[in-house]
Formats: sequence, structure tokens, C-alpha cells
Amino acid sequence: MKRILCAVAGLIALGVGAGHAATLDDVKARGALNCGVTQGLPGFSNPDDKGNWTGIDVDFCRAVAAAIFGDATKVKFSPLSAKDRFTALQSGGIDVLSRNTTWTMSRDTTLGFNFAGVMYYDGQGFLVRKSLNLKSVKDLAGASICVQTGTTNELNVGDYFRTNNLKYELIAFATIDETVKAYDSGRCDAFTSDQSQLYSVRLKLTNANDHVVLPEVISKEPLGPLVRHGDDQWFDLIKWTYFVLLNAEELGVTSKNVDEMVNSQNPEIKRLLGSDGKYGEAVGVPNDWVVKIVKQVGNYGEIFDRNLGPATPLAINRGLNKLWTQGGLQYGMPVR
Amino acid sequence: MTDARWSEPAPTRRRWSWTDPALRSAVIQIALGIALIWLAWSFFANAQANLARQGIASGFGFLDNSAGFGITQTLIPYSESMSYGRAFLVGLLNTLLVAFLGIILATILGFLVGVARLSENVVIKALASAYVEVTRNLPPLFQILFWYLAVLAAMPNPRQSWGFGLQPLFNFLADSFAGIGLAPVSSMFRALAGDVAGPSVFVNNRGLVVPRPVFESGFVWVVVAFFVAIVASFLIARWAKARQLATGQQFPVFWTGFGLIVGLPIVACFALGVPVTLETPHLQGFNFVGGIRVIPEFVSLLLALSIYTAGFIAEIVRAGILAVSKGQTEAAKSLGLRSGPTLRLVVIPQAMRVIVPPLTSQYLNITKNSTLGVAVGYPDLFAIFAGTTLNQTGQAIEIIAITMAVYLAISILTSALMGWYNKRVALVER
Amino acid sequence: MNTATRPAPQAAFVAPKDLRPQEPAPVSNRGIYGWSRAHLFGSVGQVLLTLLGILVVYVTIPPLLKFFIFDAVWSGAGRDACLPEKIGRPVGACWPFIYAKFNQILYGFYPESERWRVNVVYFLGAALLAPLLFPKVPYKRLNALAFFGVYPVVCFVLLTGGNLSFNNFLLGGTGLENIAGSFAGLRLSYWVQFIIVTGIACGIAALAAPVFGGSRRGAVNGTLSAFGILALVLLAMDLDFGLQEVETRQWGGLLVTLVIAVTGIVVSLPLGILLALGRRSNLPLVKISSIVFIEFWRGVPLITVLFFATYMLPLFLPGRFTIDGLLRALVGVALFASAYMAEVVRGGLQAIPKGQYEGAQAMGLRSGLMMRLVILPQALKLVIPGIVNNFIGLFKDTTLVLIVSIFDLLGILRASFTDPSWATPTTLFTGFGFAGLVYFVFCLIPKIRSSPKSRRPRRPSRWNWSASTNGTAISMCCEISTSP
Repeated sequence: MKRILCAVAGLIALGVGAGHAATLDDVKARGALNCGVTQGLPGFSNPDDKGNWTGIDVDFCRAVAAAIFGDATKVKFSPLSAKDRFTALQSGGIDVLSRNTTWTMSRDTTLGFNFAGVMYYDGQGFLVRKSLNLKSVKDLAGASICVQTGTTNELNVGDYFRTNNLKYELIAFATIDETVKAYDSGRCDAFTSDQSQLYSVRLKLTNANDHVVLPEVISKEPLGPLVRHGDDQWFDLIKWTYFVLLNAEELGVTSKNVDEMVNSQNPEIKRLLGSDGKYGEAVGVPNDWVVKIVKQVGNYGEIFDRNLGPATPLAINRGLNKLWTQGGLQYGMPVR
Repeated sequence: MTDARWSEPAPTRRRWSWTDPALRSAVIQIALGIALIWLAWSFFANAQANLARQGIASGFGFLDNSAGFGITQTLIPYSESMSYGRAFLVGLLNTLLVAFLGIILATILGFLVGVARLSENVVIKALASAYVEVTRNLPPLFQILFWYLAVLAAMPNPRQSWGFGLQPLFNFLADSFAGIGLAPVSSMFRALAGDVAGPSVFVNNRGLVVPRPVFESGFVWVVVAFFVAIVASFLIARWAKARQLATGQQFPVFWTGFGLIVGLPIVACFALGVPVTLETPHLQGFNFVGGIRVIPEFVSLLLALSIYTAGFIAEIVRAGILAVSKGQTEAAKSLGLRSGPTLRLVVIPQAMRVIVPPLTSQYLNITKNSTLGVAVGYPDLFAIFAGTTLNQTGQAIEIIAITMAVYLAISILTSALMGWYNKRVALVER
Repeated sequence: MNTATRPAPQAAFVAPKDLRPQEPAPVSNRGIYGWSRAHLFGSVGQVLLTLLGILVVYVTIPPLLKFFIFDAVWSGAGRDACLPEKIGRPVGACWPFIYAKFNQILYGFYPESERWRVNVVYFLGAALLAPLLFPKVPYKRLNALAFFGVYPVVCFVLLTGGNLSFNNFLLGGTGLENIAGSFAGLRLSYWVQFIIVTGIACGIAALAAPVFGGSRRGAVNGTLSAFGILALVLLAMDLDFGLQEVETRQWGGLLVTLVIAVTGIVVSLPLGILLALGRRSNLPLVKISSIVFIEFWRGVPLITVLFFATYMLPLFLPGRFTIDGLLRALVGVALFASAYMAEVVRGGLQAIPKGQYEGAQAMGLRSGLMMRLVILPQALKLVIPGIVNNFIGLFKDTTLVLIVSIFDLLGILRASFTDPSWATPTTLFTGFGFAGLVYFVFCLIPKIRSSPKSRRPRRPSRWNWSASTNGTAISMCCEISTSP
């Protein structure tokens, strides 16, 4: 809001931004990061009654803000529907889209984006009523299926049912709330989405216990943050924010012990926390950026546990999202 | 000027002046022109710079790529492997369908309510007023959501569908026609009743399912008979008018035409041995198979749009009728016309002049409001093209430009059509 | 015909008064019997209609009353209070759901400690608007100035927190932005630029004045006072009043609904007048661009406009400007509403008889003065019902912002339908009932004043596609007003 009037002045004095590409400078000048999130998906990005946001996608943006400003609260969240998210990022309305978005080739190329990493390895599943006694997705022949439009899910369902020669009816809604409401009121036999999303959607239903998630996964859904093409410095910052979250967990740096860890003699930790080398400056932020991130937001494991872990209503198993050292896929590139 | 003492100054070269109106208008227009060009250019340049920097694809080639997503309601054959261009057509047809039916329903309902508001009967008048006040003051989006969510919540699931049998109806019709001695008509209904044993119309939260008529090859002659009847009625109407002008004798044009248009196809139907069967829907797995299904998204959007707009049309109609001077009604009465013909022959033709222009705007509003279907998942042009396709391809500028152009074209076409009609009904002043 | 006013009889064969005493109307036309014959049971058809009407009333009203009042649950703490199987009786409306969500409905996510600011805005608005609606209350001019001029600025400062700390006034990048120094939230660099721009503007005004037939002195004075007012407004926004900043993302519910509707109407009125004048201008470029502008906005659905303004506008602006999300939607709504307003005003302009124009010209008024002193005051008065209708249309159209993720009244309610802690079979209907009531009441309020005119349409002598010669026709043409 601070900049409303400047913007009006800008409208009056329209000029051409001559190759103006430094997102980081804009963010710094503005004093806040504009981050696109969902309109409400518990565990990923969800506002409470007072408008406070929680979730791993939200925490990722907070980590970026902590890196830039040393203050994790300097983020403005823009709730976006799946359908509108890419236009908002393309146009520059937001600086980073952290909205459980699947990394696909067309999005990474022709749509003009760069994916910075995979915050959550997911796959598409189906939520159905327990009373239907379904064993497999193939039992859904002829069913009506609710999906949120503008997602990879919408396309995967088509592929899957066509491949298996099954009939189906797809009803696509613009926002997640509409989709949930329609499924809940019986418009559809199944609700399809990324499995993580199914767990959290289930909690929004009138009687969560009447619904089950089918065990099958019909697609790969690597979900992660993304930025616009054409600003490598900004892309680097987002990408490395993700990597340092993983490295912090791998090296055992947590929000509780980060202050002691600063004095650690482990060279890897020293580089990570900025007591050795100028790795922060390399991405345009202070060298103690990782200290700020981990202190205020935590490492990847802490973020996961806080939002999705066993202590939360979602109680999601980390599965593929374990560190590579524990048999998962999360692998932070070395800081060196 | 004719005064002799005043001689007009010799026409000199026009002196340059600050206050010359020509100069003023030139200055204003040049300034505006420069401002507009600058605005357009900076928009264009900015967009191009932004797009180029991000390496976003551009151009209209995407229309040939395969869409990959399914659509609930398709009026033309469509599958996921077809192109975005095809999906665009499907969306456009869905928009036109809901707009067209909405216009018809809203017009009928609006005229009824508008006339009811002028009724002598206080109960009817009060009800009509209540209808107008309530529907006009609730936002259309509110009404769409209400019809969708509320009605969906009240409907049973497919297994517990409310089923209605057509058989009793057809049997009843067959009996009645037999009773009045029309054996062939009776046997046709008997045959149809045989096609639809058991319930054949279903209502559930997946929509309304009705039997689908399956036409055999001979049916084309029934259609031909229908058109022949229309042409014949038209000719009869012309002849009757000419005769009335010449002799003053009236001819029951309406009933003759009605009889022809309904009767001729039926006769043709029997002559060909009823070349139509009904495909009855039946529950299979999760949903009904066969028949025609009207999806609830469509029903709620259509209901909400017609009910909302009918409130406005009712007011337009009322004002139009009130605008006809009372002397016209009185004159008609003194000529001995009863109230029906007075309304039909004197009042409404004059009221139409006042009604048509604002009615056009309402028709346009229905078309534009149909975009609100996106809130309930109705696959109209906006949802399919400016929603899903835009998201898949990321080509926002091209797609929004096409979408806006289509709506603009529909608007301009409707305006032109209604303008033509308005010219026909307008008062010709001599 | 009243006998009393008849002129005195001139001829002997005219009776001096009615010879026959007037008889009372027949019984069948008098009293309750006559009334009900005329209005309820005149003929078989009438009787059927009446019965049908009563049937409709019987089918609709008692169940509604039963649901919203008699069977309703009035207190409780959660969904259990509204579940029939828990409380052992049929349950109608679940009003505790509305209590629980009431703050969100009124304020959205506006911080609790700051909600008094919203209340002040609501209260001030009501206090300033109410006297405007009653013709008898004095100080109309002052009142209108307070409502249309001062109130929006106060609202802006109160709702956002003000203290915008402006940096540059059109002269960014000229080195002037480096002037240091600030006081109470004001930056010196900005105000230095402001003064320079004012000077430049005065210069241009002085140069251009003769072209428009004005005096240089008058032009400079006008420019100075315009900039003076602008300075006051900017100063109010720039000053640090010590209010906490509240982002527009935290706004919601009725607050957003009203902000959008009121801003739309306040901005669209002057813009609409300009466009309407532009459309009637005899400068071809002005005329054509006005027509294209108006017809474009009227031809496309509001959703596409909102989508464009919210998500695509930044693509067309230079990279360094980021515009607040709500403001983007407001720009879209305001431009859209202006086009509709322009058509309403045009109707008024066309209704002014040609003689008024000619009279004004004969008095030697230049076109600007003629419009300001003669035509517009009459035209605007004529189109008041149209403006009111536009406002109502706009108020209803605000619901569309929920499609671009701004949570207005309906948006907040709809989001709360998915709250599992209030999931009951009747939550949905309760929410719709409540929202419907709010929209209904808000749409009815503005009509109270304009009703005597718009209720009773008089008969226009003739209708012409675009021009109409009386207020009724215009108000009707305005009923069509805005819609997406």
C-alpha cells in the first residue's frame, strides 16, 4: 500500500523500463518480497482467521525475506488460484511463486519460468468416499471427477483415463474452495489432486472420516518455487535459499542451535553460515544470510515437521522428501 | 450588411490569432493524439520488453497444439487430443447456448412479470413487485452461487435419483387420442410408451437426464414437413392480411398456422411409421449412460441469469406499457376492442418502441454475465479459453485479446440486430 | 371535470347547475365488495390468478419464516449447536455461524487492534451521507464538499495508515531525489520536486491560456489552486500520523465491498462526464477516441477487465512500478464504471432542449462556461436516478472481485462455507440468507431518495433510440446500467 501513490504517479508518467531486470533491487527498494501462494491449503499456504499465513510454501518465502532483509516478516503474500498464478508471475505482480507448482518442461521453457528446486516431491492421487468401497483408480470408470483448473492434475487425469480406455467426466473449477465444496456436496465421485493436497483437503470436508485417499499415484508432481526468466541473480538467490535449507538440515544446523553453530569449526558449516567465504554476497545478500534464515524460519526438516509432520493434523510421512542421506530425494548442492 | 454606410472590409488574409478556434481544436487534438500514441507505444514497448526478457512464447501458433484437458459439456465432438482452437470453439458454443436460452427465458419471464405488475389483481401485483425487488437487488454472482450450491445440496446422488416415468404420460396421451378417434396418433404414443418402460427422466446432483430421441433415416421428411408448414403459414398470413385490407374480413391466421406447424409434421410422422425411437438413460456404475444430460452447472447458471435479468426486463416492459398514452387504451375500448386485443393490437406495438432499446442492453448483459459461470465450473468461453488454455500456454496477451474481441463482436452483433429491429418498430414520423 | 371551475354559463340553454342530484356509485363498485371485485375476484380468470398468488405466498413465506426464525438456532459455540441430531429438533438457520464470522464479514483480516479505524470510516460515512439524502437539511454545499472531497482522503489515511513517505514527484532520476532531509514522514526531495513541477505547470498554463481564450493570470491562479489542493491531499497522505500501516490484503468483507463501490462511483462520475462531453465534441479525434473507449468497456465482461487489471497490467508498465492489488482492481472497476456513467450522462445531455444551448450561446458564453453553468447542472439533475442505478449496479458488481482473489462480503462468506468447524446442513443457507439481506438492504437504501422519480414513470411523448425528452426514459435507460 505504501507505494500506491508512487504507482499512480507512475501511471501518469508512464515510461519504458529500459531493460530493467534487477528483481532483487526492486524488492530491496520496495522493502518487502511479493510472494504468490495458494488461496488456502493447510500445510502449504493457509491463512488463519486473522490473516496470518502458515505452510511450507509460505515458510520458503519467509526464508527468502530473511535472506534479503534479515527479517522473515517482510513478505506480502498474494493468494492466487491455480489458473491465475502464471499470469501474475509473468506480469511481475509477484517476485516469486511458491504455490505447490509442478515443475514441467513447458512451464520451465515456453511459459518463461525457472524452477528453483523441489520443496515437495508429490504424486497425483484420488480422494473418494469410503462408502464406495473402491480399491483402485481403475474402479472409477464412468465417474465424475472434480479437479482444480489450470493444474497438471487436469491433464494427467485425461492421460490416465484415456490410456486405460476408461470413460470419465471432468468438472473443472477455478479455485480450490469451489472444487472442495462441489465434491463435498456430491457433484463428483472423486476429487483428484496432488496427494499432499488431498490430505489437507480432506480436513476441509464436512466429515473427514467418510473419505479416503486411494493408494495409487498416477503421476510425478515435483512441487517447487519458481521465478521469471531473465534475471539470473534473482534465480540464483531463490535456488540457493532452497539448497541452504537442505544443507542446514544435513549439517544439523537448526533454529535452536544456529547461534552456537556459528562458532563451529566444521568447514562446511563455516561456509554455510558465512563465517568463511562470501557466499551471501555472491547472491546479493549479507553473508550471514543462512544464520538469519535458519534462526527465523528453521531448516528444511523443521519447516516440513512444523507444517506437514506427525505433530500436525495432516501427519504426512516424509517419504521421498527425506534427505538423500536417509534414502530420500532431497539433495542440497554443496556451498563451496 | 445591407446598410449603405457599412462597407464590409475587404477580405484580407486571415490574421493569425491565439484565439482562433481552428488553432485551438488543432492544439487539443494534436495533444490528445500525442498522448494516445505515447500511451499505446509505451504499453506496447513495455510489454514487448517484458516478454522478450522472460522468453515467453508468443504468436497464435498455440491454437493448433493439443489441449489435453477434458470438458464437461461439449456441443460439438471434442476430446482431449484435439487442439486449443477446438476447445475455444467448444467454449464459445457453450457461451452462446447459455446466453441464447437465457435471453429467451428472461424475455418470457420478464414480460409475464412486467404485465403482472400492472395487473388489477392486487395479489398478483404484489407478488410481481416482490419478485422484481428481490431479484434486481441481489448480485448475479450471488444468485448463481445460490442456485448451484443450494440446489446441489438438495439433490440426491445418482443412485437415489428422483426418477419420473414418461410411460404413464404417453399412455394417457394415447388413450385420449384414441378417445377422440385419432387412432394413428394414439398408436404413435403407444409405440413411444413402449420405448420407455420404467422411469426415464432422472434428477440428481449430476444434473437432469432425459431420453434421447434417436432419429431413423425417414425422419428427415418430418423435418421437411415442418419447414413446409412454416412457409405455408407465412404465405397464408400474407394472403389473410391482403384480404383483410381489401375486404375487412378476418381470417384465423394464428390457429391455422399453429395447426399446420404442429399437425403437418405429425401427419408426416405417421405416414412414415414413426421413424423415431427413444434411448432411455440407465444407471451404470457412477453415472447415467445414454440419454441427454443437462449438467447442474448449466442449469444453475441459466436459472440465475434468467431470473436476475427477468427482473430488469419486467421493469422495462412495465415502463414501456405505461409510456403508451392512456388515450390509446381508451380509444381502443371505445372502438369496442376487448382487453386482450387492446393489449395485443394497440398497446404492445407502441410499447415496443420504448422497450426495445433498453432490452438490447439486457440481452448484452446476459451474454456478458454468462462469464460468471466460471464461479461454478461451467465450461464457457471465459473458463475454457481465458482460464484453462491461458494457464496451460501462458500466452496471456493473445488469449485475453481474443476473448475480449469475441465478446465485443457478440455485443456489436446483438446491438446491430436489435438496432435493425428497433428501426422496424420505431415510429415513422412524416 | 370539476363543476366549480366551470365558467359561468353564457347562454340560456346551458343549465346553471347539474339538474340531477349525483347518485352514489352502485354497490358493486363501492366499499370492500367493490374493491375486491375490482382487484381480486372480478372474473373467473381473476379468481384463478388470486388463488394462484395466494398459493405462491403460502408455499414460500411460511417455510422461509420457519427456517430463518422459528426453527433457527440463535446461540451456540460451534457446529454441534446446529446439528439436528445433537439438539434433537429440526434446525433452521444457524445464526451462531454468522456471529462467529461477523468480524470477518465486517472487516476481513483487518488487525483487531486497528478495527476502530474502520468503524470511524463507517460512522463518518453514514454521518455525512445521511444529511445529504434529505433535501431540507441546510449546508448542502459544505456537506457535499466534506463527503466527496475530504472524506475520501480521511478514509485513505485511516484505512491504510497514510505515511506514504513519497520519494519522487515526476522528477525521479534527475538527481533531485538525492536531496536529503525529512520531517514527520515528509521527505524534502519530494516536496522540492513538487514545487518545481508546480512552477513548470504554471508556466505551461500561462503559455497555453490565450489559445483557450482565458487570461494568463486566471490560468496561473487556477493552476496554483489546483496544485494547492493536490498538495493538501498529498500532505495528508504523506504525513506520519502514527497510525500502523494496514496492507490492503488484510482488508476484506463489507469494507472491501464498500471501498470498491464508493471509489468506483466517485471516480467514474467526473470521468464519465468528461467522456460524455468528449463523445458529443465536434473535434473528430476526441469524439472517436471517446466512442471507442466507451464502447470497448461496455462491450467486454467485467471479469475480463478485472483479470486484465489484476494480473496483466504490470506487464504493460515499466518494471519498477508495483501497484497494490486492490488498487489494480479499483482501476479496472473505475474505468469500467466510467464508460457506463458516460452513457448515463450523455442521456442527460441529450435531454436538454436545444434552446438551452442556443440561449447560452446567445448570451455569449463560451462552450466551457456554457457546459458548466447551463447544461451540466440541468443534465446532471435529470440523471440522478441513473447515477443511483449505476451505483447499485456497481455495488452488486463488486462481488466479481472474488474471482481475482479479493475477498469481499460474498467471498468471505463463501470461504467460510468450507470451514469444517461450522459444517452443518444449514450453514450454506444461513450464509446466503444473511448475505442476501445485506445486499438487499444496501441496494435499497440509495433508492429511498430517488424513488419518487423512478417509481412512477411518466409517459414520454415519443421515444427515440438515443435521445429522450424526459426523465423517465432516462432513468429507464439507466436501469440497464452497469453489469459485467
